[in-house]
Amino acid sequence: MFTNFMAWMDKRLPLTDAWNKHLAQYPAPKNFNFWYFFGSLAMLVLVNQILTGVWLTMSYEPSGDGAFASIEYIMRDVDYGWLLRYMHSTGASAFFIVVYLHMMRGLMYGSYQKPRELLWIFGMLIFLVLMAEAFMGYLLPWGNMSYWGAQVIISLFGTIPIIGDDLTLWIRGDYVISGATLNRFFALHVIAMPLVLVILVFLHILALHEVGSNNPEGTDVKKPKGSIKPEDQSKFKFHKQYTDKYDIVDAIPFHPYYSVKDIMGVAGFLIIFCWVMFFAPDGGGYFIEAPNFEPANGLKTPEHIVPVWYFGPFFTVLRIVPDPLFGTMAMFGAIIVLFLLPWFDRGVVKSVKYRSKLHFINLTQFSISFIVLGVLGTMPATPTANLIGIVAAFGYFGFFVALWIYSKNEKCKPVPERVSH
Amino acid sequence: MSNVPVNNGRRRFLTAATVVVGGVGVAGVAVPFIGSWNPSARAKAAGAPVEVNVSKIEPGQLIRAEWRGKPVYVVRRTEKTVSDLAKHDDQLRDPNSDKAQQPAYATNAYRSIKPEFLVALGVCTHLGCAPTYHGGDFDQFVEGVSEGFFCPCHGSKFDLAGRVFQGVPAPLNLVVPEHSFINEDTLLIGIGQGDA
Repeated sequence: MFTNFMAWMDKRLPLTDAWNKHLAQYPAPKNFNFWYFFGSLAMLVLVNQILTGVWLTMSYEPSGDGAFASIEYIMRDVDYGWLLRYMHSTGASAFFIVVYLHMMRGLMYGSYQKPRELLWIFGMLIFLVLMAEAFMGYLLPWGNMSYWGAQVIISLFGTIPIIGDDLTLWIRGDYVISGATLNRFFALHVIAMPLVLVILVFLHILALHEVGSNNPEGTDVKKPKGSIKPEDQSKFKFHKQYTDKYDIVDAIPFHPYYSVKDIMGVAGFLIIFCWVMFFAPDGGGYFIEAPNFEPANGLKTPEHIVPVWYFGPFFTVLRIVPDPLFGTMAMFGAIIVLFLLPWFDRGVVKSVKYRSKLHFINLTQFSISFIVLGVLGTMPATPTANLIGIVAAFGYFGFFVALWIYSKNEKCKPVPERVSH
Repeated sequence: MSNVPVNNGRRRFLTAATVVVGGVGVAGVAVPFIGSWNPSARAKAAGAPVEVNVSKIEPGQLIRAEWRGKPVYVVRRTEKTVSDLAKHDDQLRDPNSDKAQQPAYATNAYRSIKPEFLVALGVCTHLGCAPTYHGGDFDQFVEGVSEGFFCPCHGSKFDLAGRVFQGVPAPLNLVVPEHSFINEDTLLIGIGQGDA
């Protein structure tokens, strides 16, 4: 019965073929470690955001007069409304944690290097859209931090010479942030951005499966056809799209081996996620900030306007530059350099395991700088904080400059041909 | 296809013509989509000028008016405050208001139409927060200056003419909006002197 149904389907849609190509016969390196959980976790969180988001729109009212009250309505009167909202708000922060760790994996194992540049760029586009999505979503509760956070971010566009003021007016659709702004952000947040996000995630995975997954050793599991003796090849059956062109070594099919491994990751993740969601849904004031428990008020500025924690690193870069235009440029620059990472790194060895001590130190200082910038971004600006911020920003941008300089003639350890464990 | 007789010049012309006509169509269709983001007629109406009665403001007192959703600070400065304004010129970024942050009729030493009344947007020129008014205890921020505005967001400081101090994130003086006096007691915010 099922066989007949699948045969009928396969004649009309390449279902079995796609299943095999991308899951049951996709050659994934056998040595994925802890760091490889975060791609599938990001997908899980995306599904969570879409699902809970759709349900939240059922009770949310996108208007300047009704938005804040409708959030209270969701929290107090709608059955399980509080749970759906906390799943969504905790999911937003979890999304960034998972994505930052996913990016860190890419940095450690050189997963952005040739031939995975486009894969990296799709990933960065996802990150960019995710930031826009999160920023717009944060306005929707119409709390006072929503309002003033948006005020600061939209002002960034006002720093552009000549067109700045007209541009901000156009973005807001009013002389100040108002219901008009809220409504358009709502439209973008619930349909435009998610649509783009899903398409980008699709392209990200398609590009990944075209070039193949990297691994902690930075070796290639796809060897030239005919170069590997049959007894040394992987014993598993892989899709002919891969085996026609390559001899596959050190690989296992994604399903069931990594689907099962990823379920372990999901279980671990959900324990932490649920703990936060049930016992600290405001994330200690970092996931939902205190001023957001009062409605938006254009005449009352919160004492410290700080963005949600995940924008912290970029916000600090903005803040340490005295000139607003240059500050804005530095902030966007901090994202652009990440896009260009595959070209800053002129090395051929991928994994940090086999690269120079210098690279290890550089990567470590970059991670520390990023975290320091992030912590500073959640704190009020003081002269001391600014000074530390400047040092950390030098560390951040310096990573790319230093990488470009030393990677050309870097002394690396020999990379093994095969995964030896 | 290659064995089909093709007039390449004609094909290129048709392709180019299609692209151009199609491009014009796309640009035309984009107009309503981009245009709909402009402030609506309702938003524009809500941005109409507002009147403020200034006769009841005590010397040294600040009142907030709301114009286009933004706070407008109106301060009745004492004579001493006005005469003290020139004393800290050397600590300011733009003491002579050279940058166009005010209408021409307010480009003077006290940045207002009448020396007595300061009218300025309560919006920090750094990133749009609302500076707080310190009438009397401002010297905790700038020594020797007893009145001014302090922005709690990123620590920008302004004097009582809305002029920004040096060494703070805000680059420019506070904006003086278009305003005029209908009569001795009534201030009109949104329409400039001589425009009405």
